[in-house]
Order: sequence, then C-alpha cells, then structure tokens
Amino acid sequence: MSELSVNHLLGIKYLNKKDISLIFETADHFKEVINRSIKKVPTLRDITIANIFFENSTRTKLSFELAEKRLSADVVNFSAGQSSVKKGETLIDTVNNILSMKVDMVVMRHPNPGAGIFLSKHVKAAIVNAGDGAHEHPTQALLDSYSIREKLGDVGGKNVVIVGDILHSRVALSNIFALKLQGANVKVCGPRTLIPKHIESLGVEVETNLKKALEWCDVANMLRVQNERMDISYFPSTREYTQQFGVNKQLLNSLDKQIVIMHPGPINRGVEITSDVADSDQSIILHQVENGVAVRMAVLYLLASKIK
Amino acid sequence: MIRSPAGNSRGFFYVPNILKNCLLLYSTELVTQHMSQKVLLTSKEINIILHRLACQLMENHLDFKDTALIGIQPRGGFLAERLVKILKKEYKIKHIDLGFLDITFFRDDFGRGEILKANSTQMNFLVEDKKVVFIDDVLYTGRSIRAALTAIQSFGRPSSIELLTLIDRRFSRHLPIQPTYRGRQVDAINDEKVKVMWEENDGEDKVYLISK
Repeated sequence: MSELSVNHLLGIKYLNKKDISLIFETADHFKEVINRSIKKVPTLRDITIANIFFENSTRTKLSFELAEKRLSADVVNFSAGQSSVKKGETLIDTVNNILSMKVDMVVMRHPNPGAGIFLSKHVKAAIVNAGDGAHEHPTQALLDSYSIREKLGDVGGKNVVIVGDILHSRVALSNIFALKLQGANVKVCGPRTLIPKHIESLGVEVETNLKKALEWCDVANMLRVQNERMDISYFPSTREYTQQFGVNKQLLNSLDKQIVIMHPGPINRGVEITSDVADSDQSIILHQVENGVAVRMAVLYLLASKIK
Repeated sequence: MIRSPAGNSRGFFYVPNILKNCLLLYSTELVTQHMSQKVLLTSKEINIILHRLACQLMENHLDFKDTALIGIQPRGGFLAERLVKILKKEYKIKHIDLGFLDITFFRDDFGRGEILKANSTQMNFLVEDKKVVFIDDVLYTGRSIRAALTAIQSFGRPSSIELLTLIDRRFSRHLPIQPTYRGRQVDAINDEKVKVMWEENDGEDKVYLISK
C-alpha cells in the first residue's frame, strides 16, 4: 500500500498504523534529500500551499515552510495578527478567500480545538493541522516518534514517559495516540492538577513521582508549562514545579541507564529541563527539529498526491 | 485451432505433440484471463548480452577511473550490479563507482495517476566532472530518463551522460532520448509490457513480453 487512508491530516486519531509507517518510510527518503548539497526536489511544483497561523509559532511555521519550499511548492503565509480576522471575518470566509486564489492545501494552526476538522468539512482543500488549541498537533507527534525510531530502532515495545503540563498540551495527546498505535508503553507524569481526569482511558498510566517514571522509561518527552493557557494557578510556584518535575543532570546520573531526552520546544531552560541536560548527548532535541522537516515533507507529499 | 477445455489433451484420441503444446498454451491463456506471455530473452541470451554490454562499456571507459555507473531505481539497480560484477570478476576492473538513483520526486506525472512510492537513493560520491552512465532495464517512453537527467543535477555536473538499457522499446518514445548502449531492440505495441526478471529478485533471469 502506498496511499494514506485519509485526505487531510487532522489528528493522529484518524490515522492507522500503516499510515504512520508509510509516512516514516517516505520521510527516510526525504531525509536523504535534505542532506544533499542541493536539498530541493521539483515534486510539488504545481501545488500551492497556504500557511495560516492564528496563533504564534516559530519552529512549526518555519519547518512547514522549509518543507514546502524543498518540495518546490508555492507558499503563501498568513498570520492572523495582520489580517482581516481582526475586522470580524469568519474562519470559513477567510480560508475560502484564500482558496479562491487557487490554493490546494492549507496548513493551519488555530487556538480552538477542532478548527481543522471544522474547516475540512467546509472548504475544498487538503487541510494539515499544525496545532488546534489543546487538542492535537499531529506532525509534532509524528516527528517525535520518527526521532525515537531513528535513535532506538523501533517505537514498538519502548517505554515512553511524557512529563509536564499534560492538561494543556496538544503535543501530549497526539503523542499518546501515536505511541499507542505503534505499540509503545506510555506513562504521563506531572502535578495531579495538570493531568486530565480519566486519561487512563487512553491506555496510559499516571505517575506522579518523576524519579520512578524516569527509572521505568527509555525515553522522556519533557513538555513546557503552558502559562498562556492557564486561567487559574495549577501549582504553588515555578520553583516548586522545577523541584518536583524538572529534569537535571544530577537526577539523570542517579539512574542506572541512559535514557533519551526529548522536548518539542520552546524550552524554558531551568524550569522543566536544565541547560546541561538540554545540551547533553542524551538529548535529541535538535534531531527532532531536523526530522521535523523530513516528516512534514512526507506528510505534504502523501497528501498532495491524493489531490484530484 | 481446436477449442477444447483444459486438461483434455490426454483424451481418447491420439493427439500429436504439436497440438498438445497448442492446447497447453490455450489452457494457460484461460488461467491468466487472455493474458499471454512470450519469452523474449532466456537466461543464456541475457548472459551473452550482459558480457557484450560490459565489453562495450570498457571500450569507452577503459579503467572506469572517471566513470560512475548509476542504476535507475527500482529495476535498473539489478542490471547495474550485474554489470559491475562481470566487469570486476571477468575483466579485472579494480574499482567502479556505482550509485543508485531514485527518480520518484523528479517525475512529471505527480498527481496524474497512481501514487508514486519512493525508493532509496545511494550516491556515495559526487558526479562532478565524471562520465556518468545511466543504467535501466527497459527504455520505453523516455520519461524516467528525463527525470533522471534532472535528478542527477542534485549531485553535481557530470562531464557527460550516457544511457545503457537492456531492452530498447523503439517506436514508443515520448521524448527525444536514445540509448548509447542497447541490449536488444524490441518492437512492442503499447498494450504490451516488457518485464525483465532477475535471479536475485525474481528467481530467474528472463525477459518476458506480456500482452493483454
């Protein structure tokens, strides 16, 4: 099989295991391409892609734009801050206006969960969700799994702990779906207040002791505390959070094995992770960023090939 | 032609050998739903042709010092490996640069038909100022080679590019592309398909002409 089962990438929830392995196999080829001296292929030269960002982003936006340009697609960028959205235009109107300029694909980040799904039902274009509120961030989960696969050979059977603000994190939810789909064991770790109720129903275990979680795992994915999404105080102080759930070199050295440290970025150095850990050999944070371009190229390539 | 159901060739009446063969052919046709295949080249013929092609390459490239042989993925790789094996073993060439080039992302039919699955590219050398020889099993429309000509630019500027192909389906070209070295010329109509089988991949060395 060499075709995705979906026409849009709205979330990992809608993918199957075969889709993920197809994306990874394709990403392998693109990784070889982006390591050539000429990093560009002409495949998507007749495709136009709009990057529509209703929320701030550095890495994801840059990564998508690079992926699009390395596939030779035409790219238009749109940020909500400088647009007519401020004048009261609706999401569907905004996007339909962009699409009437003959755009084939839309990469969208939006603060509301389900914005991508809503859009996919109302407009005629392939939609790639680049993060919708606290719901899903599928390409981040794909590149995280791809990086684990690259580092450890396989995702299946590995123990992965996701540490931090699970409640507000779209990265956590997409990662849980992706990791479970590939047969990994997943634990979440963080303050009780930042772990959603009934998260066990997704097939994950909850651990509130970071040391125990790290002793169990092969990979620790450290998440940022998303202060901008917090309406109330979820823990007494940042200092206390760091003491309980921050990873430092001393803690890692006290384990009897070398675990892999990941972080989706942006890092708050000294809060969830100290600088010496973020910059150590155990950290694959910068590989994640590199793989992000290859994985996004694969996603765009596979979705574009389904456009009729 | 005697229209008889399959398996009736051992019937009550005496059936001459030549007729038996006809019946056998007819029965395989029934099984494959009116698809017939004809052997174009046998393993022995392929072997002779490969040796000739190896000699022709040597004639132009001598010790292969400034030459790179590049198999076009997926099926050209087998032929390229075979030629390198012959050149090294039987003609004592010490070193040959061999690469495998995938052209999937450079094809001109993206989004126009079936979804294209990529293959791996392995090029451990730059082709800058090298004499490149593209190697593919069948030359048909010429579009794969057009894509390969674009794809190779990502690895430098070769001093020249030649094309070696085992089967040249002439009269089917969409582009002005011709092989420098050809194994066998075949006149096949567009409904027919030429399939090259390699022992290491398909269990036998054989070239078939398959018609619908």
